[in-house]
Amino acid sequence: MKIIVKESIAKDLTKFVIQSPLIAKKALPGQFVVLMVNEAGERIPLTIVDVDKEKGLITIIFQEVGYTTKLLGKLAVGDSLYSLVGPLGKPTEIKNYGKVIVVGGGVGIAELLPVVKAFKKAGCEISSILGGRTEKLVILRDQVKEFSDQLYITTDDGSLGEKGLVIDPLKRLLSESSDWGLVFCVGPVVMMKAVSDLTRGYKIETIVCLNAIMIDGTGMCGGCRVTVNNKTKFTCVDGPDFDGHKVDFNELMTRQKRFLQHEDKSMCKLNKQINNE
Amino acid sequence: MNKPDPKMVPMREQDPSERRNNFKEVPYGYSLDEAICEAKRCLQCKKPLCIDGCPVGIDIPGFIDLIAKGDLKGSIKKMKETNSLPAICGRVCPQEEQCQKVCILSKMGEPVGIGRLERFIADWEAEQTNREAPRKVASSGKKVAVVGGGPAGLTVAGELAKLGHKVKIFEALHKMGGVLIYGIPEFRLPKKVVEREVEYIKSLGVEVVTSFVVGKLETVDELLNEFDAVFIGSGAGLPWFMDLPGENSNGIYSANEYLTRVNLMKAYKFPEYDTPIIKGKHVAVIGGGNVAMDSVRTALRLGAEEARIIYRRSRKEMPAREEEIHHAEEEGVIFEFLTLPIAYHADEKGWVKDMECLRMDLGEPDTSGRRRPVPIEGSNFKLPVDLVVVAIGNSPNPLIPSTTSGLEIGRKGNIVVDTDTGKTSKKGVFAGGDIATGAATVILAMGAGKAAALAIDQYLETGKW
Repeated sequence: MKIIVKESIAKDLTKFVIQSPLIAKKALPGQFVVLMVNEAGERIPLTIVDVDKEKGLITIIFQEVGYTTKLLGKLAVGDSLYSLVGPLGKPTEIKNYGKVIVVGGGVGIAELLPVVKAFKKAGCEISSILGGRTEKLVILRDQVKEFSDQLYITTDDGSLGEKGLVIDPLKRLLSESSDWGLVFCVGPVVMMKAVSDLTRGYKIETIVCLNAIMIDGTGMCGGCRVTVNNKTKFTCVDGPDFDGHKVDFNELMTRQKRFLQHEDKSMCKLNKQINNE
Repeated sequence: MNKPDPKMVPMREQDPSERRNNFKEVPYGYSLDEAICEAKRCLQCKKPLCIDGCPVGIDIPGFIDLIAKGDLKGSIKKMKETNSLPAICGRVCPQEEQCQKVCILSKMGEPVGIGRLERFIADWEAEQTNREAPRKVASSGKKVAVVGGGPAGLTVAGELAKLGHKVKIFEALHKMGGVLIYGIPEFRLPKKVVEREVEYIKSLGVEVVTSFVVGKLETVDELLNEFDAVFIGSGAGLPWFMDLPGENSNGIYSANEYLTRVNLMKAYKFPEYDTPIIKGKHVAVIGGGNVAMDSVRTALRLGAEEARIIYRRSRKEMPAREEEIHHAEEEGVIFEFLTLPIAYHADEKGWVKDMECLRMDLGEPDTSGRRRPVPIEGSNFKLPVDLVVVAIGNSPNPLIPSTTSGLEIGRKGNIVVDTDTGKTSKKGVFAGGDIATGAATVILAMGAGKAAALAIDQYLETGKW
């Protein structure tokens, strides 16, 4: 559970390489860990971005958005996490889907990387679309490119690639060809919804990787429930990958906002701690 | 011999108006004088029925007699011959349904307060600075893996360690105790009591590993490469919902989530602890078991103005312990009996604002022997709520059944076992507690752990399946 490498990969985006031989040995693309920073901390899920089985290392990348992720970002090389459990969740189903479009946004690009690698290894032909608000937030471009046959980049401000949203190149790809075997998307909920809404019309199988609020990550608490095909599913054990055409994204967006008020209080506490230092 | 007092020595409790605002334990426990006085009520029956009423077969007259004589050291020793977790059992066992139900004294008044005495003797020992270290046993050279650090797993581990086997417990959460630590609230079972009992199990030589999900990190089949036997006590950790419209609205929790946030993650101390909890003003808890009582009493302590139990049968059919119902009533919980939720309605931001219910009538008895609740047509009514806790039960967690080869699984997702031994359909693999029975009680899980320990010991000695 010791942090071996700490790297800032963009503003508020941090990469940790953590010692965990057992998890490294077992982790498959699409799986995640649940970790705690300290004894009083929250349990939060984070995707396993990379593994080094030989050295017994796993990589996570997180966005310092809320209290717990900011606290996590304060840890240094040599520090240990309070707890780390995994690999959890069902691995992404890897097979040769033929021509595949993968779409990643923000920190979701990090979660996309292991899937892109595995798809390539399985023989897929991959068109990758990466998006972010600005150039610096389109992370891991070279790594994704390495496993992609085509790479398209969009930024909100036009600082890199084309100005606009990931939806724009996706629309073009879908209209240019009709033999796509799969669209795989991971990013903000609103992006996964937009992508799924678009591909639904084209009847192309679309998998989204959901990042719901969780506690235990083993199916025990039911906090990460999401409605898929009008049935309640638990993201932690039934997912995190789901058929994007069947997910109730509106409900998911509402549920992701449950603790916003609490988050303000936590941030207030964090600011006090920083001021006292 | 004088005729014993028909009444149990009362146990002092925190005042209801006081305690509904804090998480401190409700009953204070007996003083030495009170304990001796109560112990002296025991008739020391020649054929004690109470022992048969106890799932782990504690020598009840034996440990009580030693309290009556003031030999507290002897009493706890006697207790620990059969029960490794007395401070827990003394607090959460349904004694009134087990040992105390058959006590001969109940025929002329109240039974002996067996649970209270059990708690007393365990707490007395904990206060001693020179606790006797457990006797070291010669090693058998055999290794057993225990999956799950809850009551079943802790019991089986303790018993096997006492028999000289090397035991390692694998727990998925970051703390040991299972439902004792995530489910049962502080006011009913202080976490320091659980921690103390876990330390005792460790002092017997049991090794524990936390944050280890068997079925994901290593499967049971893989554990069998390293261990001579495996006991699965992974519990019933898959919460049920009712599949009602609006049930995924914000402000609707499963009891597991609600209690885990509060107990394991200490959300009642937010923001000192980082895990938040939504506090309702108008709270409804669906269900009538102990978990429902724990949830509704927790809601009061978190500041609810009104906390209701919504139960589809009548008070008589409620599965919760009488003492828990009584405590809830004292604290001001409102009970809506013969009431069934049928839908939830949310405000424009997605937060639950009211629930629609139907009134019920009791019809003919069903397969459980209880009268079946029948909806009264047109009796719909709305209850304003801003927090709902669904406490209608749990299924066995499917993680291990779905990742272990050759394990026979029952209709309800439980692992099929021989009830006397905990043997599964797979050689070397035993199971017990909620994963085998479906959601039940702490003491039944411990009873299963105890029975399995004997069977595992025999299997390790003989190799016979």
